[in-house]
Amino acid sequence: MNKKPSSLPMHVGHVDVDKVMQMNTPYSPVLGDFDVASKEERENYIPPTASVSYWKDAWRRLKKNRVAMVALCVIIFLFVACIFGPMLMDLDYSTQIRGEENWPPVWEQPTEKLLAKAESKGIVFDAWKHPLGSDNLGRDNLARLLYGTRISLAIGLVASLIVLVIGSLYGAIAGYIGGMVDTIMMRVVDIIYSVPDVLIVLLLASTLKGPITTYINTHNSWISNFLSTIGPNLIGIFITFGMLYWVGMSRIIRGQVLMLKQNEYVTAARALGASDARIIRKHLLPNCIGQLIVTTCLQIPSAIFLESFLSFLGMGVSAPLTSLGSLASEGLSGIYSYTYRLIVPSAVLSILILAFNLFGDGLRDALDPRLKK
Amino acid sequence: MLKYFTKRILMAVVSLLLIICAVFLLMNIIPGGPFLSEKAPSQAVLDALNAKYGLDKPLGEQLLNYLSDLLHGDLGVSFRMQKNRPVLTIIMEMFPTSARVGIFALLNAIIIGIPLGCIAAYNRGKWPDSVLRVVMTFGISIPGFVVATLLLVLFCVVLQWLPATGLNSWKSYLMPCFALSFYPMCYIGRLTRSSLLDVINTDYVRTARAKGLPTSKVVFKHALRNSLIPVITYLGPLTASILTGGFVVETVFSIPGLGRYFVQSIINRDYPIIMGTAIFLSALIITLNLVVDLLYQVIDPRISYTDGSVKN
Repeated sequence: MNKKPSSLPMHVGHVDVDKVMQMNTPYSPVLGDFDVASKEERENYIPPTASVSYWKDAWRRLKKNRVAMVALCVIIFLFVACIFGPMLMDLDYSTQIRGEENWPPVWEQPTEKLLAKAESKGIVFDAWKHPLGSDNLGRDNLARLLYGTRISLAIGLVASLIVLVIGSLYGAIAGYIGGMVDTIMMRVVDIIYSVPDVLIVLLLASTLKGPITTYINTHNSWISNFLSTIGPNLIGIFITFGMLYWVGMSRIIRGQVLMLKQNEYVTAARALGASDARIIRKHLLPNCIGQLIVTTCLQIPSAIFLESFLSFLGMGVSAPLTSLGSLASEGLSGIYSYTYRLIVPSAVLSILILAFNLFGDGLRDALDPRLKK
Repeated sequence: MLKYFTKRILMAVVSLLLIICAVFLLMNIIPGGPFLSEKAPSQAVLDALNAKYGLDKPLGEQLLNYLSDLLHGDLGVSFRMQKNRPVLTIIMEMFPTSARVGIFALLNAIIIGIPLGCIAAYNRGKWPDSVLRVVMTFGISIPGFVVATLLLVLFCVVLQWLPATGLNSWKSYLMPCFALSFYPMCYIGRLTRSSLLDVINTDYVRTARAKGLPTSKVVFKHALRNSLIPVITYLGPLTASILTGGFVVETVFSIPGLGRYFVQSIINRDYPIIMGTAIFLSALIITLNLVVDLLYQVIDPRISYTDGSVKN
């Protein structure tokens, strides 16, 4: 990037560049100014390349990271499966089919009793109708699994978006204003940080359900309709995330902004009369984009983790809606006779969280300029 | 230093106070109240009950009463689950069981986690490192209930080696302790590995090795001591995670501890127990965090007392 003439590569020929620069008259080449490059010069010649943008560079490094790419493929596969899978299936996650209760998955043989029961109801047993079997209410396990994955993913995405918005704005404002405001804002963060989150999540999830249900039942507006579609427990989870989980993000962004605001372009923007809000929005936050993306990406698995924890304890999504955590919880009750009902959702959940964690790690390596060699 | 200590202690008190107020307010916005059951009592009975438990007073007064009771060690009495028994007595009865399982899990996490990290760091790039890294990444990605239920499937359903519920013999401690310690064990392993890798490349370790000290001495006397500083900071969150992990593990293995009782009290809406347990656990976690923070300052003199960042 250094454009000073003295650093021109040797292969331009033995022109006395300093002398040329000192001359007042325009330089006109003379025979003998240009020599044939020596062997050594030719070997050291670096052909000019097009400059690589930040994103291209990051993508190139990400592609080299095989683990992260496998994780990305898993994430994409799960996304596609849970978005389009339920559309392709003719069975719904909540439809109960009488007479098709507790069908085994394709790798298990149906018992005599089950066949006799199906026959008595006039239903022909077809192992492939329920590839993962059906539960004790006659609901298809595969449909429920896909739907549960969808809910878990949606919760992860929405919760991390909430964290992204609140955390980045809070951190940016604290870091930008600095001084007393920063101290007070960061004390608040410290206090929230020391609150045992899981405890509060459990409390919120158990206490918010009532008031929200009452609100839905007594009011009739777009808000209550919206609330009733996503269910009271989910709201509790989102509120918890909005209240407690943004502190990590805000600390990271504050640190970045403290560093970035020293830069000349911020001074220049201020000299041009840009407002504080504009400087934060247009200059500071876009420069934290790497940190923002990585932290958000690593927030998704932690949200899914927490949701499954709540659902497992029976305080997550409400029936008939399902998530991977509540599927595992249902599976636990039939652990001796229907072990696969516990194993399958647990495995999908673990793979999902693992994939997001590995991809997030890879993304951090790719986007973090400090690790550049 | 004294200034830092007072500030840190003051902040811990403020967070605890905030939690108490938050818990109190949350409990009060629940509709229904604790006395509503299938058999609805008459209004007169309800009024009498509300008057007895002081629920008819204004909210602020209730909160002040609760706080002053709290200072006297009185957490109120249970409404439902063990009617009229003091919450503190119930907590003290339940907590030792949870603490026993928790301490074993804590020790397990530290005693296995740190050596795993050392092995991985000293074999960097070789197969033990790769295997351990995969295992440890798995460990921090798998939710606690998955670990617990998989253990249950493996050792109770398939192999039938260990009892599924209760805490009757040493055998029944194995699964809950392992399930509880798996996540922190892997976390400590990762932490130890990365910080040991940093320390191994420092000059004083190279000097120690150049002097011809045996590897064991270099590792235990020079490298490990300094690399354990990040691990010590994790001890605060670690205890918190073991305490809260107890909710799931105690539920899965039907252990009569505080965690399971807390979950049941939420389902049964027994306010004083929910509040009492939440405050008790928060106080425990905040105190442990505080102790670890203060210890940290004492152990590592490089840390500045003003802003908590490491000076270099």
